[in-house]
Amino acid sequence: MTARLSGEELVAGAALPERHFGPQTRTDIVRYQGASGDFNPIHHDDEFARSAGMSGVFSVGMLQAGYLGTYCVELFGPKSVRRLSVRFAGQVWPGDTLVCRGLVSTLTPTEDGHSAELDLTIWRVGGGVAVSASATLLIRSTEADDESTTP
Amino acid sequence: MSASTTHPAHRLIGQVLFAYDMPIERGKIREFAAATGATDPVYHGPNPPVPPTFLATAMHWEPQDPPLASRLGLDLSRVLQGSQEYTFIGPLPHAGDTLHAETSVASVTDKPSSRGGRMTLIVVLTRFLRSDGTVAAEGRATVIERGLP
Repeated sequence: MTARLSGEELVAGAALPERHFGPQTRTDIVRYQGASGDFNPIHHDDEFARSAGMSGVFSVGMLQAGYLGTYCVELFGPKSVRRLSVRFAGQVWPGDTLVCRGLVSTLTPTEDGHSAELDLTIWRVGGGVAVSASATLLIRSTEADDESTTP
Repeated sequence: MSASTTHPAHRLIGQVLFAYDMPIERGKIREFAAATGATDPVYHGPNPPVPPTFLATAMHWEPQDPPLASRLGLDLSRVLQGSQEYTFIGPLPHAGDTLHAETSVASVTDKPSSRGGRMTLIVVLTRFLRSDGTVAAEGRATVIERGLP
């Protein structure tokens, strides 16, 4: 798990530390399908996937979107993400290792921290971009997000 | 397909297609966090906030009679999802909250595809309301239906 970053450590244009996920297994795909409720058989039934013209099952795009969400949470905290907008760019296959990358596009001081616009991508290692994204985050200078999760 | 042909989803713009309640459950958050590689201890605690893409689990609550694709008049063999956006307004939903979801068609755009045919972009908006009626989050899915060859 990556160390949490504060707004003071960032500048516009800065690259965020990379984060790897995987290699992705069929179990990872099935577990995401169960969690999300998207039971499209093209992601777990090889025969079905081949009948649809694919070489076999492939991952759910929203799983990669979920990894990008996790990437933001690890860097900036569970309450930091105010907007996450993902665009599906390429398929991910069982066995692929993925890497998340990010750039700070703008950084604006707020009352209790910073508002940041991020450009994010998740790549297949040795391949292309699977999902590209933009995100708006509120990065508090205090640990306010930990305090407010207590009941 | 003539250029003047418009997609059947055009006539649905602005209507609420369906509304349903979505309880935010602690176990579901824990399951979803594990499925997306999230190890933050907050997701194992008693009162976790939703992870950034958790509202994708609304599929478990969405009415299926008939499913959204049928209501939109989509031909599933020509459909793919192009993008998805989640925006949060005010405090994040937490385990124990119940959100009221309302799904509608925000826009329908017929345009030429890069491969010479036509395609239709449909933006499906789901608003997630708190029990006091304020908006907690919005989800926007852009669905692409390729034109008939």
